[in-house]
Amino acid sequence: MHMLKIENLNAGYDDLKVLFDVNFEMNEGEIVALVGSNGAGKTTLLRIITGALPIKTGKVEWYGKDLTKIPPYKQAEMGIAHIPQGRGILGTLSIKDNLFMGTYNKRTKTKRADLLAKTLDTFPILKTRLHHLAGTLSGGQQQMLAIGRAMMMEPKLLILDEPSLGLAPIIVNEVFEILQTLKGQGVSMLLIEQNLVKALELASRGYVLETGRVELQGESGELLKNPAIRKAYLGI
Amino acid sequence: MVQVILNGLMIGGVYSLIAVGLTMVHGVMKIVNFAQGDFLMVGMYATLLLYGLLTPGAAPYVLILPVAVIMFLFGLMVFRTTIYKVIGKGDSNYILLTLGLSYLLQNIAQLIFGPDYRSLAVSNDLKFASISLADNFISVPRLVAFGAALILVILMSFFLNKTDIGRAMRATAEDRTIATGLGVNTKVIYILAFGLGTVFAGISGLLLTPIFFVYPLAGAPFSSIAMTVIVLGGLGNIKGAMVGGIIIGLVESFVSGYVNLEMAKVAIDLVLLLVLMFKPFGLFGKGARKA
Repeated sequence: MHMLKIENLNAGYDDLKVLFDVNFEMNEGEIVALVGSNGAGKTTLLRIITGALPIKTGKVEWYGKDLTKIPPYKQAEMGIAHIPQGRGILGTLSIKDNLFMGTYNKRTKTKRADLLAKTLDTFPILKTRLHHLAGTLSGGQQQMLAIGRAMMMEPKLLILDEPSLGLAPIIVNEVFEILQTLKGQGVSMLLIEQNLVKALELASRGYVLETGRVELQGESGELLKNPAIRKAYLGI
Repeated sequence: MVQVILNGLMIGGVYSLIAVGLTMVHGVMKIVNFAQGDFLMVGMYATLLLYGLLTPGAAPYVLILPVAVIMFLFGLMVFRTTIYKVIGKGDSNYILLTLGLSYLLQNIAQLIFGPDYRSLAVSNDLKFASISLADNFISVPRLVAFGAALILVILMSFFLNKTDIGRAMRATAEDRTIATGLGVNTKVIYILAFGLGTVFAGISGLLLTPIFFVYPLAGAPFSSIAMTVIVLGGLGNIKGAMVGGIIIGLVESFVSGYVNLEMAKVAIDLVLLLVLMFKPFGLFGKGARKA
């Protein structure tokens, strides 16, 4: 059974239709990239998955269960962690409180101390600032905190929306190195990125979204070789 | 001089308690409850009614728990029937709703209890009890009110900072969507925040019954004072509400002691104006709202 399966999905905002007959699936342990230009519908698709936006027609299933019927706050318990665009840290809470919120769900609450120790090992920068407000961190550190907090949820699926957005190139490399480490630990990821090369290097498969439709899909290597993609996204 | 400061501190503590309830509701669901003072009045009448069951002359403080429970249920009912529908629907909606609620509660109280000024039949031993402190006197009912208010406010900050639900409440206050993604059922958090705000108003009412008269409009002055306190301290800021309450208590006490009672109200607003001139977001406000 697929972990996440989307069938003939149509969705949008009021009268504006954004997604047209989207089909998508991913399995446990996979890393899938969702790429496409601005306004292609990537974030809308993500809002559907996280339950922030209702669907018009189609199916969204999590291990065969209808995800649209489950209240969004239960997703953390089910193992879906989501790092939204702009990182989604809680700036008015301390770094420690942000990390603790990762274990608000009952599933990982009992493992809080272990998970905190593990997370601080991965992100030593956070260790020295546990009691500072998260809003005082730099953009790169905030992204680390967001990933750290998501890891405290021990997710079955980690959804990242543009993790490289607004970060200096050197920090982007750091973020992707960390994602590579998580990949080694077997974390499934759905990665939404405009940085196509980086995204497809990390992911095993990719979907290319264009004006609300899945234009192309396939193995990362093949997509990178695809002449249409090279022309549209890489300018070569 | 010392006497004036003591008086100010005592009443300031109660102002803090009312304001903390108000600012918490605002912090979490961005609603300013214009009926907060009338919730206090409801708490006063609840105390008055329950007091009839006690032995005559007893101290009303044993009623804190039952009044808290009644007020929480009352808050829950108000939330489910009205407040829930206006969350996130723009400012004018909640202003009209809670102002309407304020008039409704005042008139229901008048309908049931009449417009008479009532007071608790507390024994005079308690009512006029005081502790002397180097030529100054602290009235015991006021000291108890101050102490209880302070304890509740401290418990509240502990709850917000050190417990999972408190953290979830602060997370919801900052960003409802992110809190939801972390597994917080924000609807429950809203109910809890509103319920606690109501409980704080009700307990303030109880603490004030041995000191003030109980009548349908008894809460109105506290509504406007609490409003001033939370703006002075910085909207949505618990620490701001605490400190703001004490400041307003002191200002009121000084001006009514050295000038006159009527000028005290003017002075409070003057202080607010001055603070906002230099700190437009209030003493502890950072421009961003938080619980």
